[in-house]
Amino acid sequence: MARIDAASLDITQLDRLALGDTFLHRLDPRAKVLVTAVFIIAVVSYGKYEVTALVPFVLYPAVMLAQGRIPFRVIARKAVFVLPFALAIGIFNPFFDREILVRLGPLSINAGWVSCAAIVARSLLTVAAAIILVAVTGFPSVCWALERLGMPRTFAVQLLFLYRYIFVLVEEGRNASRARELRSAGKRTMGMSTFVSLIGHLLLRTWERAERIHRAMLARGFTGEFHARREFRFTGTDLLFLLGWSSLFMVMRYWNVSRIFGNLVTGIFR
Amino acid sequence: MSHHIVEVTKLRHVYPDGTEALRGVSFRITHGESVAIIGANGAGKSTLLLHLNGHLVPSEGSIRIGDYPLTRTTLPEIRRTVGMVFQNPDDQLFMPTVYDDVAFGPLNLGIPREEVEQRVLDALERVGAGHVRNKAPYHLSGGEKKRVAIATVLSMSPDILVMDEPTSGLDPCARRQLMQLLKEFHHTKIFTSHDLDMVLDVCERTIVLHEGEVRADGPTREIFADERLLLECRLEKPLSMQGCPVCGTASRR
Repeated sequence: MARIDAASLDITQLDRLALGDTFLHRLDPRAKVLVTAVFIIAVVSYGKYEVTALVPFVLYPAVMLAQGRIPFRVIARKAVFVLPFALAIGIFNPFFDREILVRLGPLSINAGWVSCAAIVARSLLTVAAAIILVAVTGFPSVCWALERLGMPRTFAVQLLFLYRYIFVLVEEGRNASRARELRSAGKRTMGMSTFVSLIGHLLLRTWERAERIHRAMLARGFTGEFHARREFRFTGTDLLFLLGWSSLFMVMRYWNVSRIFGNLVTGIFR
Repeated sequence: MSHHIVEVTKLRHVYPDGTEALRGVSFRITHGESVAIIGANGAGKSTLLLHLNGHLVPSEGSIRIGDYPLTRTTLPEIRRTVGMVFQNPDDQLFMPTVYDDVAFGPLNLGIPREEVEQRVLDALERVGAGHVRNKAPYHLSGGEKKRVAIATVLSMSPDILVMDEPTSGLDPCARRQLMQLLKEFHHTKIFTSHDLDMVLDVCERTIVLHEGEVRADGPTREIFADERLLLECRLEKPLSMQGCPVCGTASRR
């Protein structure tokens, strides 16, 4: 149960971080959304054996964390959540793809391990970028930006509700699970029938709760539009931020910066 | 000032499952009145409240808020006029911060941002919750949540304040403060409550609902003096009107 509690606390933590007032927080959400998109596309577009070329991309999350005053631990804890999924996808590669790709003295690394590492690296980078985006922008503003960038409003509002109702679901789930725990005489697992009825009740309860919240929203004039906390205007700074990062990503994508740097260093020592 | 009037005529509501929750309820509440709607569980209080700003549609009968009959076209105007505070503040507070939550209503009304800011600060000041404006609603205590929930409605400057169980779940001190706050409002006020001492203190008029009908409607003190009526409607005298359990003498009245 502690895990559900912790997870919900984690989400609220992102909300709190989004209240910050740094240079990054003040940027137009659209600029940040676009930069994140370019970053993700650049990282994902690499071939499956590419690991070294990904290294320079760490620069972006690092700079954003520092500039946005976001504690590394917060992002790391969340990014680690995807690790099991990424590993599940990549873990069989070493057994199927046995071609030797790298030799370090007596140690030889087969292509499978390299592609597995590439999957993990890419997933960590992209997830970190997405989390950072939310942490320096706030979810409502991200939705606002997506809508302004052409996503249909229905989807934007849908997304916002999804985010808002996570809390409702977590809270109801916590209560139900606690009630079960208290009456289960220390048994840690629950039978299938208990689980099924618990989930069913959870659905109905969150449904009712959601309806009450919706009523409260209607009572306050909700018409299907969410208003962002600040009024944003796309300024020169935003454009600079967008173009600066995007062109850096392009450069890193087309030239393998690590290799160039490596050649440079070995060249000096030769 | 006719727009602070609430007029309900022969209101009847049948839920889809056939339950007849309201059977011809009529009353008229005029400007500045403070009215309690009391009754047993299932008497129809919540159903009635949900009609007052159009969340439920009458099966029969009509509702007039101020100058308008409640219809689909007048709904937006009526929802601004009638500020509704729900029983559970957790249902009412859904934005990331208190500030955002209080600003939600005015922004939806299309009020310019500078004025919204002023309204938010005023509303929070009014309920004594200015210091929590940058906090997340789920970090507040029950009493603070209730205050903020009221502020979310005040920021829309409603003419009529409708509250479902305003004092439920509050500690005695928070309850006392809230009652004081409610007395300071000059809006037309409609409360439902099981807290009969609060009703006695805050509302000069009381409407008793019983099985979907208005069983009694009159000055609060008179209603609470009628023991037979109260018993029939599964109610009882407020504690402050009952005898002292220690010395045996009756207190007020």
